[in-house]
Amino acid sequence: MPLTINGTERTFDGDPRTTLLDYLRRDCNLTGTKKGCDHGQCGACTVLINGQRINSCLTLAVMHDGDAITTIEGLGDPQNMHPLQAAFVRHDGYQCGYCTPGQICSAKAMLDEAALGWPSFVTPDITGEVRLTRDEIAERMSGNLCRCGAYSNIVDAIVEIMEAQR
Amino acid sequence: MRPFLYSRADGLDHAVQLAREGARPIAGGTNLLDLMKLQIEAPERLVDINRLPLGGIEPDGEGVRIGALVSNSACAADERIRRDYPVLSRAILAGATFQLRNKATTAGNLCQRTRCYYFYNIDTPCNKRRPGSGCSAIGGFNRIHAILGTSDACIATYPGDMAVALAALNAQVEITTAQGRKRHVPVRGFHRLPGDTPEKDNVLEPGDMITAVALPPPAGGRQIYRKVRERSSYAFALVSIAAVVRMEGGKIAAASLAFGGLAHKPWHDPRIDELLAGAMPSDALADKAADLLLEGAQGYGDNDFKIPLARRALKAVLREATGDAA
Repeated sequence: MPLTINGTERTFDGDPRTTLLDYLRRDCNLTGTKKGCDHGQCGACTVLINGQRINSCLTLAVMHDGDAITTIEGLGDPQNMHPLQAAFVRHDGYQCGYCTPGQICSAKAMLDEAALGWPSFVTPDITGEVRLTRDEIAERMSGNLCRCGAYSNIVDAIVEIMEAQR
Repeated sequence: MRPFLYSRADGLDHAVQLAREGARPIAGGTNLLDLMKLQIEAPERLVDINRLPLGGIEPDGEGVRIGALVSNSACAADERIRRDYPVLSRAILAGATFQLRNKATTAGNLCQRTRCYYFYNIDTPCNKRRPGSGCSAIGGFNRIHAILGTSDACIATYPGDMAVALAALNAQVEITTAQGRKRHVPVRGFHRLPGDTPEKDNVLEPGDMITAVALPPPAGGRQIYRKVRERSSYAFALVSIAAVVRMEGGKIAAASLAFGGLAHKPWHDPRIDELLAGAMPSDALADKAADLLLEGAQGYGDNDFKIPLARRALKAVLREATGDAA
């Protein structure tokens, strides 16, 4: 069964040791997804699998037959930016930009998770409704490190899109 | 990463057969692949069990059965778990990140390995990684290490949060053996103390596979997961406490407490639960509970602080669980 990457079907038949991250960057030439720590600690490699965010460095390409993978290239491009991409530009949600593709993929899935009512560690009542406060956003985005420290602007960008989606 | 043979199991029998032949099951892979990259783990064969039908959360009598492949995210967000076993949702949400929890599974979480710095550094002796080579944490940096149930061979901790809540809830691990039989082990007895064989984290035998975790009927009461860590998100516990406490007429009717970050396993001391049951909550009672917990505690230098920290955390949790404010 093929896997689908940004809507294009592909077949993986490489070395089973190949991580999804290396497959995307090296074999598919989708270099928007970044390799930071390669150990699931920084979130730079975040992509969406069937809509859910994961660390692509900690999964093998061979395990994803039949899955639909979305990378930053699948969310938007410079001519046709995803609203989150445009908001990151408006709010200066980066400095060096290396973590940005992971931040944006993560933010996209985070808004979807909140819409499903998924609680987080800081949700006061885990059986109640989810209200995405800045504290909630910080907790939910804690798997994406930004060593430039653009966090406050990243949260601003996410808040703008969250409010626009209401 | 060392080369390995990869196969995908198309059914439980197939998976059990491959596991019996020495294949290592892989599901989420978030811990195993990390360890394989560092060559701390070097399985010659992996069996991908992601396609097995073990991904459901089902009623089980008056309890709930959580399939081995249920992701941590799905478990924490499940309506029944949130409503009837909130300490489990809270504990899961206290660990890792959304990205990792989306991949990590119930069984894999139980089987995750220690985060001892020396276990992770293949250039240093470690009895857990290379039996007989020595323990670098004893006499080394040991801020995150155990204070209860340690041995001269190993002072590593079990790092997880989920299992601490499962220990407080007295859940059962359902294991399918290499012979295809089922056996159940209480979570409280699933992980083991290091003794002379710290390479063994738990009671799984070669070829065993976890197929589910069974929760008993809801215990009700106040359920708390308190985690003390170096930063407010995405860090392992220095000390954590899962508490299920039911009050009746100002007294503690029943209590079940389990502790993380203190030992090679989620720590449960039945004497604490017995002490609390039927008692009026008080500061003195909480101190007595802490005395029982810390009776045999031993610091190793950098982690000495865990002894008073565990006492304070326990007292804070009991205040929250038994007070009016919570």
